[in-house]
Amino acid sequence: MEATVTPQRYAFLSVFFRRDGGLTGLLNEITNSHTEGRHVNNVVCFSLPLSSGCVLALLRWVSSFHGSLFPHLTLSSEDMIAEFSQVLNWSDCVVRAFSWHPHADKFAVALLDDSIKIYNPKSATTPTLKHRLQRSIAAVQWKPLCASALAVACQNCLLVWHVDPCSLSTRPSSGCAQVLSQPGHSPVTSIAWCPSGSLLVSSSPVDTAMIVWDVAAESGVPLQRVGGGGVTFLSWSPDGSHILASTPSALFRVWETRMWTCERWPCVKGRCQSGCWSPDGSRLLFTVQSETVIYSLTFTDIPGPQAAAVVADLSETAFSTPDGDIIVGGEIQSMAWDLRGERLAVLLKDRPAIIAVFKTRASPIFELLPCGFVQGEPGAEPRLMQFHPNFRDGALLTVCWSNGKITHVPFYFLSASFPQLSFVGKPSPPRLQDGAADFTNQSLFTELIS
Amino acid sequence: QCMTSNISNLGLWESLSACEVCADGNALFHSQVVCWRAVASIAWSVLLLPPTTAVFTFFSKFSFLHPIQTISECISLMTSASAIFSLILVLKDLILSLFSVIPTIACSKIALLAQLLHPRQLVNSLLHCIMGVIVAWCCGVTMGFRYESLGYPCPQSDGLPLMCLNEYQLILLLLGAFVGFSHSLLGVMHNFNYISFHTVQQYKYHRFKGALPLVARCSVTQALYSVRNFVVLYFFLGHVPRAWICQTLNLQLNRSALDSISGLLDFTLLYHLWISATFFLFLWYITLLLFRIFVTEVHSFPVQSSFTDDTPQCLPTVLAEKQPMILKFLALQDLALLSQHSLARRCEVFSLSQPGGHAHNWNAISKECLSLLADLTQRLQAYHDTIATNGRTKSLSSGSERKSSSETSGIFTNNVDLRSLVGEPLTAPFTPDLVSPFASPALRRLATVVDPGSPWYGTVQSPHIMRRGPKLWSTSTGDQSTFLEKLGSYFFKTKTFFFLCVTQVKNFLSKRVLVTYLFNKLPEASSQALFADSQAHIWALEGLSYLVQASFSEDHFGVVQTTLPSILSSMLLLQEAVDRHFKLPHASSKPSRSTSSMEESTYKTLRFALRATLKTAIYRITTTFGDHLKAVQISAEHRKRLQQFLEYKE
Repeated sequence: MEATVTPQRYAFLSVFFRRDGGLTGLLNEITNSHTEGRHVNNVVCFSLPLSSGCVLALLRWVSSFHGSLFPHLTLSSEDMIAEFSQVLNWSDCVVRAFSWHPHADKFAVALLDDSIKIYNPKSATTPTLKHRLQRSIAAVQWKPLCASALAVACQNCLLVWHVDPCSLSTRPSSGCAQVLSQPGHSPVTSIAWCPSGSLLVSSSPVDTAMIVWDVAAESGVPLQRVGGGGVTFLSWSPDGSHILASTPSALFRVWETRMWTCERWPCVKGRCQSGCWSPDGSRLLFTVQSETVIYSLTFTDIPGPQAAAVVADLSETAFSTPDGDIIVGGEIQSMAWDLRGERLAVLLKDRPAIIAVFKTRASPIFELLPCGFVQGEPGAEPRLMQFHPNFRDGALLTVCWSNGKITHVPFYFLSASFPQLSFVGKPSPPRLQDGAADFTNQSLFTELIS
Repeated sequence: QCMTSNISNLGLWESLSACEVCADGNALFHSQVVCWRAVASIAWSVLLLPPTTAVFTFFSKFSFLHPIQTISECISLMTSASAIFSLILVLKDLILSLFSVIPTIACSKIALLAQLLHPRQLVNSLLHCIMGVIVAWCCGVTMGFRYESLGYPCPQSDGLPLMCLNEYQLILLLLGAFVGFSHSLLGVMHNFNYISFHTVQQYKYHRFKGALPLVARCSVTQALYSVRNFVVLYFFLGHVPRAWICQTLNLQLNRSALDSISGLLDFTLLYHLWISATFFLFLWYITLLLFRIFVTEVHSFPVQSSFTDDTPQCLPTVLAEKQPMILKFLALQDLALLSQHSLARRCEVFSLSQPGGHAHNWNAISKECLSLLADLTQRLQAYHDTIATNGRTKSLSSGSERKSSSETSGIFTNNVDLRSLVGEPLTAPFTPDLVSPFASPALRRLATVVDPGSPWYGTVQSPHIMRRGPKLWSTSTGDQSTFLEKLGSYFFKTKTFFFLCVTQVKNFLSKRVLVTYLFNKLPEASSQALFADSQAHIWALEGLSYLVQASFSEDHFGVVQTTLPSILSSMLLLQEAVDRHFKLPHASSKPSRSTSSMEESTYKTLRFALRATLKTAIYRITTTFGDHLKAVQISAEHRKRLQQFLEYKE
């Protein structure tokens, strides 16, 4: 009896029936065997399809009720990834995921054809990673404190590739990949490595549990919390102390990673779309769907009632440029903060998609100053961006564009926390394709010291 | 009132037994840490009994047609004294001395068999059987109906009232014994007594809540298998215990026997058996789960104390002690966590003693961790050397067939001499010469089948091994061999002896199939056994590397700098040994998928976790120190290795 897997899964039922779809499929089969028109005289044979039909109807009713609570459960897995991905228009994007190695100068790019390429300027070979389970890649991330491990979030599972940096092979075999999967935990839309390199967290919008993997042992511990209907986006703070886990409903959680307890943060309007942490893990910036502001939360040792503060308003504004006025602003797709905490890049979603860059400063008070915009070639819109984790001369923003190009946008500056850097022998300052006026002197947000 | 007194009795008894065991170890402190945990876990499992029993009663009485009647019956039953009395007799199989943090890994089937037949295990199985019977009896009483008593009065044809056997209760009691026995057997085979530590620290409540669905699922499926096996067993052998019981208790057999197909296909009976088996297993698993959760909870040891009385409780002292293992593991876990999370306690580690200015804390901790790492390195090297020497002698023996036998062995193993003696290519007695044209194909096949699996060769798999196979059953002491040599040369004259030989060898080998099955090395077992206690090494590596990383900014006196070369070199040595171990042919490079059951399979993947942790630990140090490491005094070879790490090429 072949069990059919229905696209919508019951996240809370999947706790009990981990092999979801199996029970429904079985009941379906039993019910249909009766309606196929076989002559059934026996009482048992008659009552079995009837009762299974009743149970099936009940299940469907419960699932529809559940689906109305969490509409995202009715989406297909591709649509779900597109909906919750940090990439703008994920489904038609040529570059679906991008990741810089945290220590070495190399990066991995996941492409539309479900392959991953690894580029390293010091090596002539560009390994291409393909695996039969590697479909609909939502995210890739390199393991910190390791040269070779790359985690890939796929439609049905989680893959961890071990790509030997010294190997000359261009097609590592699928034996180099570890497959991590747990029933009811797919599609995986977000992954995050612990900055100390020991643990990996994965999340799926249909599973209310996020799973903490011990990758070497291939064992996962589910961390279950009721409410929210799933986990869509994860971000581990650079100091390793907290994890942001947003859900498809208007609620996100901040986990502390020592005893794995969480704080609930209900939002007023929509779900938490994106978030990023300051380098010391004390401040979280996040955005909420259908709002045009950036919120800030601070995490200090002193407990107490807190509320998120609005630190920037990105609602639509007209700027006059030599080419004419342009209107910039709107909802935010994703955010990236460089690892020194000096530049914040914000990818704006709506017409035209554009990246706004802010200068940030953490001490003595938190400051957010507009810096400029990053625009691509005419017709190309930014889809995905990431800061280089250890660019010595400032910050390096890598942007993937809708036409499949990847550009690196360097920001050269003298860091406040690294004053030893000098500009001797530095290339000329970068040509930023700024389409906006200089706002450097105008402080957009300054936090008052209380 | 009956219940409370009995529960307190039970609790007291258990705690007494727990503390008795503890008293063997490190006196007061140990009892404080471990005994309290054991007692708390037992107390919790006793507290969880009433709700479990309520669920059991509900399911056993459930009927689709009368839901309200079911509920009312359940409530009345729960309140009735007899049912509550039956709860308490559920004894626990917590025999603390059996639990350990290091798994016992049987390397072959015979070792497993030896474990199963160990007197202690036999006693344990017996206890489990008895407990199973008692629990089954309690279940029977709770369910009532036809399971309540073993005998019932039945009218006889001649009018005399006689007691007849109630086979329904007998079958339930036997099921209890069967489930208890199989639980204890599975416990040995799946290492139920092994306590593993989790990488993700969670509060007890969350851990319990997270594991509860798993426990329920495991007990349900395991009960299903047990009932199936039991029913099959009862179908074939059920008449034996029934006859025995009838004879002993002087009962009559009235109804038609249950060990027939129609008797056993009673769905109500099967359902009740299954529910009861689920109930026992659930109770046992819950106890096990609670015990594991309580014992592995983090205990925070003070790093240093200003009072000398408290010194035995301090981290460096506990780390240095060999026994009890559980305390040492807890201390290492605490070390790994403090090095990662606690700034204040790290400062204590790096601090100097007040009069004198010695870094006692750091020295003690680093010395203990380094000795652990050195110990593992040595163990790996020794293992590798044994395998390497095995390989060498093998290649020698296969390559030196034409050499004289004086240095190696007598006639039983080396046939070259005899061939020269006799002058014709004859096969030596007891030595199946595989290349000889006289050896039958069957013999050749047998020999090739049998020999690679011989126990004495471990898991080495090479074609050479077949050459050495015959040595297994040879004795080669000096005078004996000369005598036998003479004897052999006489016998060779007769051709009949040859056939006799062949048949003898054939018989011998065919008998040995069972032996080889038993002695056959289980795959990966030796590797697992080698890394059985690697959780300690993982913590030592984590603790050391995090402390070294923190010392970059927090160590004001430079106490870590003095030991940095030895830390680096011991880590690199271990890295080398681990790399070599994973290059051995039998060591698989990836962990096998763990099945979700109560079986703790963590020990199977410890070596992979160790390998990953080791690499991460070295990277942690090299990333933190960067080019400063070039100033550290280490050997040129290690420097080269470190350079690889600095360039992220490992």
